[in-house]
Amino acid sequence: MPLIKIPVVLRQSVGGEKEVRAEGGDVGTVLRALADRHPDLSSQLFGPDGSLNRYVNVYLNDEDVRVLDGLDTTVRESDVLNVLPAMAGGV
Amino acid sequence: MSPSGAEVIRQIKQQVEEVDPAEVSEHQGNGVVLVDVREGEEWDRGHIPGAVHVPRGYLESRIDGAVPDRDARVILYCASGQRSALAAHTLKELLGFSDVASMTGGITLWKDRGYEVEVPKVLTPEQKERYGRHLLLPEIGTEGQARLLDAKVLLLGAGGLGAPTALYLAAAGVGTLGIVDDDEVDLSNLQRQVIHTTDRIGMPKVDSAEATIKALNPDVDVVKHPVRLDASNIMEIIDGYDVIVDGVDNFPTRYLLNDATVRLDIPVVSASILGFDGQLSVFKPHDGPCYRCLYPVPPPAELAPSCGANGVLGVLPGTMGLLQATEVVKLVTGIGEPLIGRLLLYEALGATFTELKVRRDPECPICSREPSEISDAEMGVFPDYEAFCAAAG
Repeated sequence: MPLIKIPVVLRQSVGGEKEVRAEGGDVGTVLRALADRHPDLSSQLFGPDGSLNRYVNVYLNDEDVRVLDGLDTTVRESDVLNVLPAMAGGV
Repeated sequence: MSPSGAEVIRQIKQQVEEVDPAEVSEHQGNGVVLVDVREGEEWDRGHIPGAVHVPRGYLESRIDGAVPDRDARVILYCASGQRSALAAHTLKELLGFSDVASMTGGITLWKDRGYEVEVPKVLTPEQKERYGRHLLLPEIGTEGQARLLDAKVLLLGAGGLGAPTALYLAAAGVGTLGIVDDDEVDLSNLQRQVIHTTDRIGMPKVDSAEATIKALNPDVDVVKHPVRLDASNIMEIIDGYDVIVDGVDNFPTRYLLNDATVRLDIPVVSASILGFDGQLSVFKPHDGPCYRCLYPVPPPAELAPSCGANGVLGVLPGTMGLLQATEVVKLVTGIGEPLIGRLLLYEALGATFTELKVRRDPECPICSREPSEISDAEMGVFPDYEAFCAAAG
């Protein structure tokens, strides 16, 4: 199963884990499988129409999935997904 | 009988290719590395533009830093053509450089022919001692140090990120450090904001930062902006700075800063921190993506907590702030590969660094336009970012 790295702000929604795994052959399936297990995550990742929220970046390995095939991007077992919302902390 | 010194020089000159200044002038910049092998004082009095300085006495120890490629076309010069011939012989016979020549007549003939000479900024004896460890690096040297001394860098915030960045940029000899901060030193700041001290609690942060910077390096001119950056003052404050270091704690200012810097073509070294995590990137307008390309819209409030609300490991802004300072030095001196188009994530607990690609968005509402296409009437006019971000939340 591909590895998904969870940012600080979403960790509470997945029981505090930094890294989780979920089944799926493409980015959308993997993320929805994860959101099914952790319902709080669903509205943080997806808009009402099921598309990825624009304020969340998802990277397949080091590439933004939006420049690949978006949620349809193929994911292999060994791949790493990075979920990344913007951070503004500086103080 | 041993040959005289003059005889040895004559023999060596016969074994070395010599080129006329006219040929050097013609091929300048065409992949030819021009090396000045004279002493430091001679270099300071004037050298050929674009040349690198490797004194003959340091030839073997420093040539690799200046000319890493043994097959590069290298032309050496000195004052008259003798020392450069000897140095060319050393490069060819001892160090294995395949394409080395010495310039006939040295810089004396070059000047007589009327070719251009550049007189570098001269460091004072005290500066030479203070920045000695920079001067030993061929990548920085006197030229790079002079660029640092001439540089104007603006720090947004003298807080967690700004404090370590300011300290190291001051130590490095950045000539002008602007600081924007309207806050006062608080006891709770001192866990990480190392530019301030316990006896300065209650003092404006710009004054406290200035006192520390001046004590560290009197070469630095500190420009204090004890205000909060907003749409009404940003263009005036940031104009004229070479690089901006962004460590602000809120999205409205980050978007405002992005738009203003894209319009004024000023690179931004941006970092953010939360808990044990940090992010870093360099946004150089039109050379790479801008902040809006990376994050087109800010997240809602529940996904955008501040460090004040969530806490931050005290040393984390030190790590991220010093990575910012490193990027600033690289941008100012023009060395290395700045973190343009790349986002670096640091996770302190796991001690991991992750690098992600950031692409320029061809549809970006800001950086897809040329600054010249933005009319005067539009310049300085910004949407109400406070309302924009509140609405997003």
